[in-house]
Amino acid sequence: MRITLRIWRQKNANGRGKLVTYELSNVTPDMSFLEMMDYLNLELARKGEDTIAFDSDCREGICGTCCLQINGRAHGPLRGVASCQLHMRSFKDGDTIVVEPFRAKAFPLIKDLVIDRTAFERIIQSGGYISVKTGGTPDANTIPIPKLIGESAFESAACIGCGACVAACKNASAMLFVSAKVAHLGKLPQGKSEHKQRVLNMVAQMDAEGFGGCSNTYACEVECPKLISVDNIAYMNRELLRAKVF
Amino acid sequence: MELNARVPEGPIEKKWESYRFDTKLVNPTNKRKYHIIVVGTGLAGSSAAASLAELGYRVTALCYHESPRRAHSIAAQGGINAPKNYANDGDSVFRLFYDTVKGGDYRSREANVYRLAQVSGHIIDQCVAQGVPFAREYGGLLETRSFGGTQVSRTFYARGQTGQQLLLGAYQALSRQIGLGNVQFYGRREMLDLVVVDGQARGVVVRNLLNGKIESLAGDAVVLATGGYSNVFYLSTNARMSNASAIWRAHKRGAFFANPCFTQIHPTCIPLSSEHQSKLTLMSESLRNDGRIWVPKIKGDKRDPSQIPETDRDYYLERLYPSFGNLVPRDVASRRAKEMCDKGLGVGPTGIAVYLDFRDTIRLNGKGSIVEKYENLFDMYQQITGENAYEFPMRIYPALHYTMGGLWVDYSLMSTIPGLYVIGEANFSDHGANRLGASALMQGLADGYFILPYTIGDYLATGKFPAVNTAHAAFRDAEQEVTASIKKLMNLPGKRAVDDFHKELGKILWEYCGMARNATGLRTALELIPKLREQFWRDVRIPGSPEDFNQEVEKAQRVADFLELGQLIVEDALHREESCGGHFREEHQTDENEAKRDDEHFSYVAAWEFRGNGNSPRLNKEPLAFEHAKPSQRSYK
Repeated sequence: MRITLRIWRQKNANGRGKLVTYELSNVTPDMSFLEMMDYLNLELARKGEDTIAFDSDCREGICGTCCLQINGRAHGPLRGVASCQLHMRSFKDGDTIVVEPFRAKAFPLIKDLVIDRTAFERIIQSGGYISVKTGGTPDANTIPIPKLIGESAFESAACIGCGACVAACKNASAMLFVSAKVAHLGKLPQGKSEHKQRVLNMVAQMDAEGFGGCSNTYACEVECPKLISVDNIAYMNRELLRAKVF
Repeated sequence: MELNARVPEGPIEKKWESYRFDTKLVNPTNKRKYHIIVVGTGLAGSSAAASLAELGYRVTALCYHESPRRAHSIAAQGGINAPKNYANDGDSVFRLFYDTVKGGDYRSREANVYRLAQVSGHIIDQCVAQGVPFAREYGGLLETRSFGGTQVSRTFYARGQTGQQLLLGAYQALSRQIGLGNVQFYGRREMLDLVVVDGQARGVVVRNLLNGKIESLAGDAVVLATGGYSNVFYLSTNARMSNASAIWRAHKRGAFFANPCFTQIHPTCIPLSSEHQSKLTLMSESLRNDGRIWVPKIKGDKRDPSQIPETDRDYYLERLYPSFGNLVPRDVASRRAKEMCDKGLGVGPTGIAVYLDFRDTIRLNGKGSIVEKYENLFDMYQQITGENAYEFPMRIYPALHYTMGGLWVDYSLMSTIPGLYVIGEANFSDHGANRLGASALMQGLADGYFILPYTIGDYLATGKFPAVNTAHAAFRDAEQEVTASIKKLMNLPGKRAVDDFHKELGKILWEYCGMARNATGLRTALELIPKLREQFWRDVRIPGSPEDFNQEVEKAQRVADFLELGQLIVEDALHREESCGGHFREEHQTDENEAKRDDEHFSYVAAWEFRGNGNSPRLNKEPLAFEHAKPSQRSYK
């Protein structure tokens, strides 16, 4: 396959970026998208040219490190697939592909396609946990949790924290990310006792980080590589209201 | 040097209790005075950093990711073992201990394994309290499943994403401590040296990956939780950044490296498809509970698998091991798959794969039963291969997955450098020559939540810690060495990329020190690796500046270390004239092609001591005694 790549290059946060064109001729359909990027970097490195900086690690779609905006879509064209699990068989010979970083004010650019997502860290630190210390916990079977509630908490907990929801949203809202954690912990009996405070703190931190509001376009759900449902947002809005009013 | 594992006296079931009673405690108000540096924040590191901070210690944690949630622990799929005996099938602490020692082919330390089995039940309690959404029965209680190499159902799981959920639990506990100001966390920092002052580990030198600055951190003790070294093989199931630099550089400062040749090949991975492949992907071995492994009986049978009748299929694991069948331990399943492919019975376009077939389970229990347990795995398989495994059997082949070897530690998890603790996959202690499924998560969390927080207190309470800060000469020297080494690499007028060398090293190791090893091949590797290392230091080309975000510089550091570690792995494999667990020497096998141990000569931990670049390492031995799990020929028939 012949592929033309137009890739965002930017030296650092303060530099001016631009799209740079690269032509690749030996792309195979069974290559992953990132393997194609590796291949390009290998050629650049052999020539002594600066390689294209991009984040990735597990390449199994679970660590959430990779975060490419491919042809204008977070993680590219497929539903429920992270950048690292996208394969070139999803493209055609001769295609031109535009690769950019996830863009949001709360995700400052570091270099090329690498962004700073520590805003998510601070949101979790503000309340995305259950306050238990190590040791002294009761036997695991002391609290029965109905299977369907456990499953539902799991569905929310499956979020990989990649930030695609933010990149997909015209408001750069982090509502899907935050609500998934609020719902994961809030649905479980263990998480109930500090539920109210958790919702208030996490939402306050989300706002402080400069993420936008939610205007219900559901773009986040469409682009989420783990198909986290917007039902979580509805849940969080309800719980936020409850925490504020009652 | 005399290796003293410092295993407490007394009956095995009382050792941990008596250790805890005999250790000196640090007064709660004094804990603030001690500063512990935790390097690596996967399952072991996050759980340790959080637990130590909860106790009141001052903790600094660092990792090369931006967030602890990105650690490779997150990719563990299948589950975590604990002998809760919720399934009422005869499980017990002793059985888990016994299975682990036997599964490790009698090359682990009994006392450590027993303790692991003892504390593992608490891990489940802890994780449930944190909100880890484990699988449940309709009645609301926890569900378990059986896993490779065991005959009881003791594996707790969260679909095929157990590692993710456990890591998020530990990460959230750590995040809470960061938010409370009890842990100082630095992301995008990679450890490049250990600083030893007057014989004690007192700090680390790191590279700030954002701007290339070399920075130092000083403390009273250092904990390495930096994972395993499978990526020395280039292609493995490990995440791309997983590397050995932290443990390797600590090794060069005096920490012994134990059993480096004990590497685990996982039987159920998606086979290699092209030269460009950057990594291999694991399919959880839990799939072996419901899938049947087979190859055609006829060589080169190119029929569509659905057209191959039962009579022409060889379910070779079920045939060879009637009692364990498809659930034999990983090393056995891997070797048999290789054997089938070597015989020309392999399937798929490359002929280097075997089938893992779900047809019978789908017929018996319906597709829904498979979807519920493994949906994410089937999705992942489809994304990578473009094939639907509900319709067509998966093709699998073994791949490097885990390293049982690592830095040598005593019973308290301290290395041969006082004050340097090593936890999780980075140490060697619990899995012997082969790790059983669902035991890595167990060990990482046992070390981090329940073992290290006790043992490190004894060291701090009994030791002396003269004030040391990063202005100390030892820090400056280490910083200069790191800077000089990076500069040397950057200035090479080479032509080949870092990855070119890494791939070549991987090929050498896989060919001569992979699933089956022999003396001739190992000697060949010992000629090739030093040559490759020499070429690397002459001919590598690293673009860009070291004082910048530069991923080529990061990789170059890691590969430079792999080129040294690779040689030690081969030397260890050559010296160990026996087969055990993942280490299969072709010269040492039974008539039925099973691993043949030599307990008389090799029942010891091989702990290698670094003696300077260019000098051969010295072998130190920790003899192993088996009083409770009597060594026998492992049999899974």
